[in-house]
Amino acid sequence: MRYLYYPGCSLEGTALEYNLSTRSVMQDAGVELVEIEDWTCCGASAAEATSDLLSLALPARNLAIAEKMDDVNNILAPCSACYLNLKKVEEKTRKDQKMMDTLNGILAEEQLHLKGRVTVRHLLDVIANDIGSQKIQCLVKQPLSDLIIAPYYGCQCLRPYSIFDDPEVPHSMEPIIEALGAKVHHWGMAARCCGASHMNTKMEVGIELVANILKDARGADAIVTVCPMCQMNLEAHQRKISNVHHEDLNTAILYLPQLMGLALGISEKELGLNLNLSIGDRFHEKLQNAA
Amino acid sequence: MKIATILEAHYEAVSASEPLARIQEMISACIQCGTCSASCPNAFAMDHTPRQLWRLVLLGQKDEIFHSKTFSLCSDCYICTLRCPRGLPLTEAMDALKQIAAGENLAEYKHSILFYKNFLRSVRRHGRVREMEFMTNYFAALKNPLRPFRFASLGIKLIAKGKVSVNWPRKARLPLEKIFQKVNELEKHT
Repeated sequence: MRYLYYPGCSLEGTALEYNLSTRSVMQDAGVELVEIEDWTCCGASAAEATSDLLSLALPARNLAIAEKMDDVNNILAPCSACYLNLKKVEEKTRKDQKMMDTLNGILAEEQLHLKGRVTVRHLLDVIANDIGSQKIQCLVKQPLSDLIIAPYYGCQCLRPYSIFDDPEVPHSMEPIIEALGAKVHHWGMAARCCGASHMNTKMEVGIELVANILKDARGADAIVTVCPMCQMNLEAHQRKISNVHHEDLNTAILYLPQLMGLALGISEKELGLNLNLSIGDRFHEKLQNAA
Repeated sequence: MKIATILEAHYEAVSASEPLARIQEMISACIQCGTCSASCPNAFAMDHTPRQLWRLVLLGQKDEIFHSKTFSLCSDCYICTLRCPRGLPLTEAMDALKQIAAGENLAEYKHSILFYKNFLRSVRRHGRVREMEFMTNYFAALKNPLRPFRFASLGIKLIAKGKVSVNWPRKARLPLEKIFQKVNELEKHT
């Protein structure tokens, strides 16, 4: 298995551990990642809030470079926002030739041309469907017995395009968590919004959304995420949220490939577990008891 | 003179409503069922519910729409788009309202607009966003000396973990300059 890899800006900064753990778990699973050369920002949520055309032109540039690079048809994106921005261009240009021509008019400035050959895939889609829980189970060296894990999907890997899971009641992470030997925390917040950039621009609103998620995770030993923004929102403000809500809502939050890596026997350092903001003694103790 | 004044007033009215016309077209089939309002995770913080906002858009109530916080509270979760029984692109319509607010630099949305614009400025300079540069410029642009303190402890933690680089970029590479320029040019002509 071989994929063109689009890490996205967060994975070079605040989500370094997502990059580290994705790369090491993929290597263990025999998946080859070829990083897209000279990739640039997908526009995040900033482009679509300022210019429609820019929000399509920025991802289109990356798709055009990917098409040029390799005969591999699948681009793998671990960040849900990058995934959706790239996917949007794939979906829109497939249905709208005029849009394709407009974007190619822009890309021509850089001698690039988009044909529409590549398919954008989310990391979770690749783990759940291309690798699959059976293969993952075979790779497990240290089952995470008795750990209870709350799968958090967020929004943009599920909606608006329902590609690999139910967009409202997703389940794709459950067989993976079970394959690792852990138990699934069944809850109602798995696909509820974390507030995205509200935490930066409208903190009061962001705090409420995240508090609802953390409260519903009571009883779980950790929440796993598949998006840098969800991860940051859920883990970075726990003390403040606990103060506002007069309740200890501190919970370990880790990326799905980090959890997988722990069961696969990859070292905590290789998985960047020291880089998380919410992994403390409490989680390490549970991890030791589980092993 | 009189005719000129009337024409001018008419022209102003048309150009003011023109960006809204695109959004009216997007949501013209709205049946006011309220599924969007009931689904929205941010509705609790809004002054007008999403359903009310769509009615205001169809009525062309520009003042009321842009004095409301509703569209700026959309966090792009796409649950309304998914559930809308008429299949309307509601999240995209929210984004289109944000685009008008950003284009006109409306003071009420200063925080969001500065956040997005400083993000894109960093992307335009380097091709990829530099989180430290972007947040520093954002806080500077807010001109509120107390605001950064809400994030100071998080910033220190991130620096300590080596997740944000504190090295200032020596030189802008501008790999996206041509694309940004071409998009600007095309948008001027539409």
